[in-house]
Amino acid sequence: MRVYIYILIAAIVSFLVRTLPLTLIRREIKSRFIRSFLFYVPYVTLAVMTFPAIVNATESPVAGVIALIVGAIMSYLGAGLFPVAVCCCLTVFIVEFFTK
Amino acid sequence: MQDNLSHSDTLRGLRDGLPIGLGYFAVAFSLGITAKNAGLSPFQGFVASFLNHASAGEYALFTLIGENAAFFEVALVIFITNMRYLLMSAALSQKLSPDTPMLHRVLVGFGITDEIFGLGIAEKGRLSVRYILTAFLLADIMWSSGTFSGIVAGNILPAAVVSALSVTIYGMFLAIIIPPARKNRVILALVAVSFALSLLFSVAPLLSDLSSGTKTMVLTIAISAAAALLFPVKDEKGGRA
Repeated sequence: MRVYIYILIAAIVSFLVRTLPLTLIRREIKSRFIRSFLFYVPYVTLAVMTFPAIVNATESPVAGVIALIVGAIMSYLGAGLFPVAVCCCLTVFIVEFFTK
Repeated sequence: MQDNLSHSDTLRGLRDGLPIGLGYFAVAFSLGITAKNAGLSPFQGFVASFLNHASAGEYALFTLIGENAAFFEVALVIFITNMRYLLMSAALSQKLSPDTPMLHRVLVGFGITDEIFGLGIAEKGRLSVRYILTAFLLADIMWSSGTFSGIVAGNILPAAVVSALSVTIYGMFLAIIIPPARKNRVILALVAVSFALSLLFSVAPLLSDLSSGTKTMVLTIAISAAAALLFPVKDEKGGRA
């Protein structure tokens, strides 16, 4: 029972965090600063979460670094979400296979 | 015409939700191992994942359940690890038509994850509610199933496979941020600065003690605000409407 209370609390808090701004901000924001800020937020957030986390996620940090480089180059060349993700995984698998 | 449009939005949602869902399944599978160690049943893991769908937040949740933590502490930690969704939700509010019904707003908000948000901002012009919810629902079901499977069958995957699967999410992040960075030099510079400061925050004394959710929040606000002051976007780009 106690586990369900934990799950419920977590669910309510994350629900409110996700839905409040979307329901409270009903108009287009006029401030140029806030519009610019919100334009940059996603790129900064995703970049911050990617590095150095990708290096720490793998068993060998070297494999993480090489996966980062492979993923960055493929994305730069225009590959989609799935091919990039699969190639990063394969890179880690291959590098760790040969460095062990 | 309207029907054709909705139909194609559903298909696009399935197409873009599937790769995210596959990555989710892999990540959630390893999360399931944490949940199992905390004593959750497969069903409890499925429900927790379906409602929370946030990797850092759930990892914290399962760890706290395992430690029998106070309810208040759980609420606080979930708030901090998920605080970045406040910003994402505010950003997405600008992608919806002002007359979007309240229920649609709530559903789109509930569906915010890092990757679904990535799909949302990659949309040209207004965001299709049907498109984003289809992608979210498919991905969330795979996320929850991954947690379920991880609890049932954890520890059977070889360590080398788990290690390889763990970079799935980061590969997807790169595929979202790099293509715009190629076209926009400010974004390119921001990605580089974000990488550098994020590295600093992970190794510097004191700073490295912050939780990963707090680091993400602090760096996002500081770097984005500095960029907005130094390089305000032109109206048509800033609105992205």
